[in-house]
Amino acid sequence: MSAYQFIDHYYDVVVVGAGGAGLRATFGLAHSGLSVACVTKVFPTRSHTVAAQGGISAALGNMGEDDWRWHMYDTVKGSDWLGDQDAIEFMCKEAPGAVIELEHYGLPFSRTEDGRIYQRPFGGMTTHYGKGTAQRTCAAADRTGHAMLHTLYQQALRHEAQFFIEYFAVDLIMDNGECRGVVAINMADGTVHRFLGHQTILATGGYGRAYFSCTSAHTCTGDGGGMVLRAGLPMQDMEFVQFHPTGIYGAGCLITEGVRGEGGILRNSQGERFMERYAPNAKDLASRDVVSRSMTMEIREGRGVGPDKDHIYLHLEHLGAEVIHERLPGIAETAKIFAGVDVTKQPIPVLPTVHYNMGGIPANYHGEVVTLKNGNPDSVVPGLMAVGEAACVSVHGANRLGSNSLLDLVVFGREAARHAAEIVKPNTRHRPLPKDAGDFAVSRIDRFRHAKGELKTAEVRLNMQRVMQNHAAVFRTSESLKEGVYKMQEVFQSFERVSVSDRGMVWNTDLIETLELDNLRSQAVATIVSAENRKESRGAHAHEDYPNRDDVNWMKHTLSWVDPQGAVTLDYRPVHLNTLTNDVEPVPPKARVY
Amino acid sequence: MAQFRLPKNSVVGVGKTYPAPAGAKDVRTFRIYRFDPESGQNPRYDTYEVDMATCGPMILDALIKIKNEIDPTLTFRRSCREGICGSCAMNIDGVNTLACTRATEDVKGTVKIFPLPHMPVIKDLVPDLTNFYAQYASVKPWLQTRTPAPPDRERLQSKEDQEKIDRPAACILCACCSTSCPSYWWNGDRYLGPAALLAAYRWIVDTRDEATGERLDELEDPFKLYRCHTIMNCTEACPKDLNPAKAIAEIKKKMAERRH
Repeated sequence: MSAYQFIDHYYDVVVVGAGGAGLRATFGLAHSGLSVACVTKVFPTRSHTVAAQGGISAALGNMGEDDWRWHMYDTVKGSDWLGDQDAIEFMCKEAPGAVIELEHYGLPFSRTEDGRIYQRPFGGMTTHYGKGTAQRTCAAADRTGHAMLHTLYQQALRHEAQFFIEYFAVDLIMDNGECRGVVAINMADGTVHRFLGHQTILATGGYGRAYFSCTSAHTCTGDGGGMVLRAGLPMQDMEFVQFHPTGIYGAGCLITEGVRGEGGILRNSQGERFMERYAPNAKDLASRDVVSRSMTMEIREGRGVGPDKDHIYLHLEHLGAEVIHERLPGIAETAKIFAGVDVTKQPIPVLPTVHYNMGGIPANYHGEVVTLKNGNPDSVVPGLMAVGEAACVSVHGANRLGSNSLLDLVVFGREAARHAAEIVKPNTRHRPLPKDAGDFAVSRIDRFRHAKGELKTAEVRLNMQRVMQNHAAVFRTSESLKEGVYKMQEVFQSFERVSVSDRGMVWNTDLIETLELDNLRSQAVATIVSAENRKESRGAHAHEDYPNRDDVNWMKHTLSWVDPQGAVTLDYRPVHLNTLTNDVEPVPPKARVY
Repeated sequence: MAQFRLPKNSVVGVGKTYPAPAGAKDVRTFRIYRFDPESGQNPRYDTYEVDMATCGPMILDALIKIKNEIDPTLTFRRSCREGICGSCAMNIDGVNTLACTRATEDVKGTVKIFPLPHMPVIKDLVPDLTNFYAQYASVKPWLQTRTPAPPDRERLQSKEDQEKIDRPAACILCACCSTSCPSYWWNGDRYLGPAALLAAYRWIVDTRDEATGERLDELEDPFKLYRCHTIMNCTEACPKDLNPAKAIAEIKKKMAERRH
């Protein structure tokens, strides 16, 4: 190991990732007087939060009556009763305050005529417990994520938070079941660093790149999830992968649900507004799993559009150039560049595309990572927290509602900082580290940097992406899932024969992509094994051999552990059907109709 | 006499050529700047022939195809691939732009790709943007107020006032503008450059912000602001169709106005 020397950094708290959740946690901690390092593999404003378009939900009631209890009801129903209701109550109740706070930070929200934050309708968002349509999604035109991420980074600058930018986190430093920090490579010079903290907050985002076609950025490789699995801890609800109804056909780029919120309509090859058949009330604004399945059904039954009848048209011409220019300018630009379409005249060709991971690192609503230990399903892992898409709190359950993700980031980023400030005293002494702290990470760096197998990193990655795309899709069957598990195991094993050509230490992206692939493959295998195991249909997991939700046997979170050979062990945690306070009644399970 | 020749260690040599696979019909040639700081060697141009029949339409698709299938050592930044994160800014066919939104078919002949001009190069197409980011931070790009915010609701802002900040706030910090500016090339250490000035402008015109005077004071400097000579390359280069040149002109106007 002599080739690599550790450079050590001691902080009260270490945050990994600088997207919405990571930044909110970082400056919250800085504000509370704790010393905090934010370690991020990309410059903060490049994080994938930047690509969120439609908005952030909060029952402000700026554009009509609203109540956070209705928001909570919608979120529980959207989750298909797999969401933990205590956490959902917390999120929806905190939402108005969290959004007002963003405005006070200077976020350039679009405005109503009377100068308040503009709010648009979004899928699954209703008033009076499903009866009316809510306008709850606070928007900055169609680049709300960009506006939010930049605002949060600006606040981090204001609080003089300490960043380590273009540092790639490799592995957790575990000490007898407790997390002590992370090992990271400084990409600029290849030096290896140990960041030690009394709490380590993982805000590393989702693993969308396990699939071939996704709206996710190239950097969405679930690095936190990979680290957690290698530390012998479980992931939760990995079978629930959201397909966004409107990714651009071919390119996969996101077209916001806000288009339908503003009145956009999906039509099949016969020009029919088919969502009226599948969701008579909500129509095009049914929740995402429902719309994605309906589109897939239309295509299967031969009513897709295009020469191969393999996609659907999203129409917004009827909204008029003025509305498009004011509220959806980014969409007009994206559709022009990636589909060659003038949206004031032509429809956008779209297809359900992998978008979001409801599953992630199991955490409670304070952000503390939990695991099943000695029969206790809420056993806290000391020193480790997780927030944002990396985490599974679980506020999204089996299906996330649009605009609940940006909300999740700020609410739980803020709460994690608050909670960490409660349990960590500033400048607490660090205990001595175990002798071998960080050696595991270094051994992996060194092994991959000199890997001389016969498979390029990109080849293994492509094989994985194809298996996931074909076998863990919108609709799933027992046979296809079984085959997928087998193939994914093969891909997992084949990674042992990977090769890396770049042997340098400076900005070695060949090495980084290989480390990222290692993170992706373990989560891919956890996803497909969890999916194969779940014998029911719930939210985004649509199983054709088990088309109904089965609350008796399957209203429970799946936990998945992955060993170094790719063998997956499963177990379960109960869903929290209780609320956090007496402010609201639990939402009892019922059939989910839109 | 000024010395206009490149120092010996920056003369760019000719590197390797990677020919297209046999049978490829629709071949495009990419000539890409390479620099490996660990090799001790000068930068070089490598030439890659890419079969476009199996390649996506954008320059970024070609770069990724080269990295995936031909030469995994090729190094560049990329993330969102849809023009919103600003990672893949580089000089393509003589113009600073985003590789992810620039179509290969819009470039004639050999596609020449360089890192953003006049920045220190870390490796291949990866420039060191430390100074650029520090300049952005130096304009204090956050809301500054003295009046307390209303406790339980947003600050009000009219649609018209929101429109003033809407476009300037859409900057993605890709650095295409600043690194296209000759004045920035020359005085990048002291001139803030169009991106940082656009950010300053975004807060100066935000009706919620109450530090306009201080913000203007900060820019009242022969270099920070006034090294803009209205060359307009910034506006020409912006891949998001923003207008930093106009923002700078507006700041200068506000400076002039408050003097009289």
